Amino acid sequence: MSETSPKPRPLAGYNFGYLDEATKRMIRRALLKAVCIPGHQVPFGAREMPLPYGWGTGGIQVTSAVLGPSDVLKVIDQGADDTTNAVSIRRFFSRVAGVATTESTAEASIIQTRHRIPETPLREGQILVYQVPMPEPLFKLEPRVAESTKLHALADYGLMQVKLYEDIARQGEVGTSYNHPVMVNHRYLMSPSPIPAFDNPKMHMNAGLQLFGAGREKRIYAVPPYTDVRSLDFEDHPFKPVRAPHACAICGSEESYLDEVITDDAGGRMHVCSDTDYCASRPPLEDAP
Amino acid sequence: MSALLQAEGLDLRFGAVRALDGVAISIWPGEVVAIVGESGSGKSSLLRVLAGMQRADAGAVLYRDAAGATHSVLDASDAALRRLMRSDWGFVHQNARDALRMEVSAGGNVGERLMAAGDRHYGHIREVAAHWLERVEMDPARMDESPKNFSGGMQQRLQIARTLVTNPRLVFMDEPTGGLDVSVQARLLDLIRGLVADLGLAVLLVTHDIAAARLLAHRIVVMRHGQVVEEGLTDRVLDDPQHPYTQLLVSSVLAA
Ligand SMILES: Nc1ncnc2c1ncn2[C@@H]1O[C@H](COP(=O)(O)OP(=O)(O)OP(=O)(O)O)[C@@H](O)[C@H]1O
Ligand SMILES: [Mg+2]
Repeated sequence: MSETSPKPRPLAGYNFGYLDEATKRMIRRALLKAVCIPGHQVPFGAREMPLPYGWGTGGIQVTSAVLGPSDVLKVIDQGADDTTNAVSIRRFFSRVAGVATTESTAEASIIQTRHRIPETPLREGQILVYQVPMPEPLFKLEPRVAESTKLHALADYGLMQVKLYEDIARQGEVGTSYNHPVMVNHRYLMSPSPIPAFDNPKMHMNAGLQLFGAGREKRIYAVPPYTDVRSLDFEDHPFKPVRAPHACAICGSEESYLDEVITDDAGGRMHVCSDTDYCASRPPLEDAP
Repeated sequence: MSALLQAEGLDLRFGAVRALDGVAISIWPGEVVAIVGESGSGKSSLLRVLAGMQRADAGAVLYRDAAGATHSVLDASDAALRRLMRSDWGFVHQNARDALRMEVSAGGNVGERLMAAGDRHYGHIREVAAHWLERVEMDPARMDESPKNFSGGMQQRLQIARTLVTNPRLVFMDEPTGGLDVSVQARLLDLIRGLVADLGLAVLLVTHDIAAARLLAHRIVVMRHGQVVEEGLTDRVLDDPQHPYTQLLVSSVLAA
């Protein structure tokens, strides 16, 4: 189960963590700037990585830049440690950096993630690295990059609020159950990456350092520890972190974010924790499948 | 009392064309000033320079805010101009489609400026939007419809509601009735006249239409070749034009 692997022997011929030292320094400079201006997107010279865009190239470059030999790495995709994407990124770093890997949120010092924030709260010193497909929260509303940059510079975010207004006027509620935009440190509008709205509150005043890497769009941004992060809403339509109204079929949790899985050809389905480490760390129900 | 907006010595060139050539103009609180003149005389250029949308080559534009502070429009930063445009000014374009967000509902269009100004109460935004739709003689029951469904005249009224919702002190209008049917124009002019009087707005109105200027404006500024050739109280300018060009302009309307 969630045990930390011993440190493997790295592959010969690769620099530690795959990227060369000059590139890592460049990325760290962008990261430092991003930490200084929470929520602000910092351009960086993203490199070609040995996997296609959409597979987490931005996250991998950030991880590579912050990884040290004593780090313990966890990688999750949709909350799970055992999906193809998570397994291959974890294997990549154990080969090119020789770092220890784990499935345990508590034991990891760096967690790279796609689409989820772990249920177990982060503690000080931990780093959460998000893979980001589209860093610009205004991109659908204002496709002109020069104009959206100006809107950020002037903190002119009425347009984003108009979108939420339209959602409520059309559907009675805010329609973004994923990637719900947030205001960081009362200043910058930020995309939380496509995490479920359920996870948004975990970003607020988080003890860990949250780093975001977008490979194709060549942007990095950050939320430093203990930073104010608010989901956009209206006073009379407050933001709601939605969760399926069920208990996990395996561990019985009524707090965790659930995935719906189809169990047989007859259309049987059940709800289970999306965070596999969290689920496994809890005593299973007696009638668990 | 002092002028709300005051400009002097405005020059603007596009290559060899002198769009503005030493223009001075001022507008006082609650006053409607019409800028008339033939096509290409520099009316829109003047409006754009005064509203900070276009930098002049020379001259000064001073705006006095409600607190009595003076802002130099030509030197203002983008951020300061946007703030003015959001809180103190409004701009009504000839083509409503240039100003409206066509993919956003009528209510969302009216509410945008409220939200930009920080209103975060959905119910309040809708209430104010409904009120403004009524003021421009639109059915508030249509507030969730797309402006695409609306006629040209309705789109223009929606643009006016969207502009006035934050109670600007000064509104720039560039041919607000241009491109509409004559009967629609007349109704829109009546509406504008009523709103301007009720709200005590100051309006800088660019128009081709001498009748519109007579109906709405306290004062008229006549432009030709980028220069102001005559200005004065509306009745005086139209009934007793001094400059030959104004005489021509007025007589051509009378003859028509
Ligand atoms: N962006 C531009 N580039 C080049 N020339 C321009 C530009 N804008 C205006 N001009 C020129 O400046 C002059 C004044 O134009 P402006 O649009 O201000 O006139 P106008 O009085 O508003 O005319 P109209 O009644 O046709 O709207 C014209 O000769 C016009 O061709
Ligand atoms: Mg014009």
